[in-house]
Amino acid sequence: MDTKNLTAACVLLSVGLGFGLTSFYGMNVGSALRMGPGYFPLVLSILIASIGAAIGIKALTVSMPFRPQVAPIRAVAAIIVAPILFGLTVRGLGFVPAVALTTLSAAMAAKGQRPLAALIIAVAITAFCLAVFYYGLGLPVRLVGPWIGV
Amino acid sequence: MTVDLISNLALGMSAAITPHNILFCFVGALLGTLVGVLPGIGPTATIAMLLPITLSLSPETSLIMLAGIYYGAQYGGSTTAILINLPGESSSAVTALDGYQMARQGRAGPALAAAALSSFFAGTIATVVVAALAPPLTSIALRFGSPEYFGLMVLGLAASIVLASGSVLKTIAMVSMGLIFGLVGTDINTGAMRFTLGRPELADGLNFVAVAVGIFGIAEILRNLETTIERTAVIKRVAGLWPSRADFKAMIAPACRGTALGSALGVLPGGGAILASFASYALEKKISKSPDRFGQGAIEGVAGPEAANNAGAQTSFIPMLTLGVPANPVMALMIGAMIIQGIVPGPQVATSQPVLFWGLIASMWIGNLLLVVLNLPLIGLWVRLLTVPYTVLFPAILAFASIGVYSVNSNTFDLYVMAAFGIFGYVLSKLEFEPAPMLLGFVLGPLLEEHLRRAMTISHGDVMIFLNRPISAGLLAVALAVLSIAFLPTIAKRRKEVFVEED
Repeated sequence: MDTKNLTAACVLLSVGLGFGLTSFYGMNVGSALRMGPGYFPLVLSILIASIGAAIGIKALTVSMPFRPQVAPIRAVAAIIVAPILFGLTVRGLGFVPAVALTTLSAAMAAKGQRPLAALIIAVAITAFCLAVFYYGLGLPVRLVGPWIGV
Repeated sequence: MTVDLISNLALGMSAAITPHNILFCFVGALLGTLVGVLPGIGPTATIAMLLPITLSLSPETSLIMLAGIYYGAQYGGSTTAILINLPGESSSAVTALDGYQMARQGRAGPALAAAALSSFFAGTIATVVVAALAPPLTSIALRFGSPEYFGLMVLGLAASIVLASGSVLKTIAMVSMGLIFGLVGTDINTGAMRFTLGRPELADGLNFVAVAVGIFGIAEILRNLETTIERTAVIKRVAGLWPSRADFKAMIAPACRGTALGSALGVLPGGGAILASFASYALEKKISKSPDRFGQGAIEGVAGPEAANNAGAQTSFIPMLTLGVPANPVMALMIGAMIIQGIVPGPQVATSQPVLFWGLIASMWIGNLLLVVLNLPLIGLWVRLLTVPYTVLFPAILAFASIGVYSVNSNTFDLYVMAAFGIFGYVLSKLEFEPAPMLLGFVLGPLLEEHLRRAMTISHGDVMIFLNRPISAGLLAVALAVLSIAFLPTIAKRRKEVFVEED
């Protein structure tokens, strides 16, 4: 079994089936003459799913070890959470706290990062972003948002 | 013809040489180099991360700044390739072969200067090539109908599949996924919502910048966090920047050959710049009197590929400017920026927006000039930047990216899209899927569908329309030939060899 390509096949099959079923059942497919909104996506989904199936079948017949080098789960979480935090807080808390939280989260991704160091990095980057984006480029944002009551 | 060329270039120069535009071209080149110098971050990721900053500017200034970022990023990639043997992208992998050896022999200065000067030389020639070729190609392109456009885009996608590294089947799947992600949102023909999961934010489709930053920027940062990167650059100080007279003599011919190769190959849709630098290296090695010096620090092995790379980067603007079809992911980003600015890319841009069109072409040359002026004296600064710990740099990159993505539409949903595509892109890269063709598909998805539908309506549902029209039949035949070549076993083997980086 080739785990890497089997996983790849699963990704392709789920994308292909997900989009394919949605286009087939949720949309008007139409005909080649009058293509509905579902026609082209359906064709693409079938292609993606078939490639997935082909890769999957081949992966079942060969044997290959798969030990990818992956970033530590803490790093992945800290990086992915960072933009989400920004999205959740930029309206409510305002620009400054949002950037600070984002950089703080991202700074914690580094291996063995001490909280104090992360805090210093976050403060410095926030000040830099404030200068560049707010004062320099004139980004229309509220510096401090309604949640803090200002 | 020549008079036209000169007057057009003059128009472009007058548009590009305003203090305002030069300033932004300069800032772009500076920022591009700054981010491009960061190890492991190539031009595509750099542009994706910096793209949002340009969107608040006027269309001309924004595209000029983007072009500046592009050249800066490319040059930054060569710098890291030479100094610490970490090419930012596959096209500067070739530069690393001899450039890094030169740096180890204490000749980092001449290597960097050779890269900068031959790039500038190539850029100057290629700017004229673009200016000369763009108008005739535009007039041909204006006669294109939907079947021709469809054929052309299929050819572009086919070429990107062949030039990508890794499995051909997986790359086809990536292109198709890109196409289908591009279709999310309101169907322009019927107004039906597609794949929006009931979210009103998705009615206008997935935000292109968010997808690009996620797939290239976030995934790139995650890859860099896998290991603690050792970045004790071998060079503490770069002394003796200027190449010797003998170096100059050795550089000139390879730079000329590289320029010619790069200009020709760059026009091909699907990423000719990469091909050009490999081809130039192979050529120089073949015709050299002492081929065994290659890989041991031969200056020809830096000058030739760098010239080819830069010429190719320049002429890859041709399909984008004349046809609205991106030749590589960077051009896909440019097209994305144009669309956000309200400009429909295509042959009509040259006539409807001559100032923008020629201003962009002229700014290519100015960008190249600024790079030489800016980077050679500042080399010491860039070297020092390599010693800034990555733990400080990537939170800053993430903050810029988040602010940038948000500022495009002031839409918080885009940040969630960015996070989702970041993790998706990282998983895909672990499964050895190439991200670049997906981005190309993403940009072309709606266009490809529209032209397919239109062609089918014109022909009353007869697929033969694509084969009855000579141009579209020709384009599709070439696409088919290109694709079948990729499947040939001997070529497949060679592709593997070409893309394996030599240690």
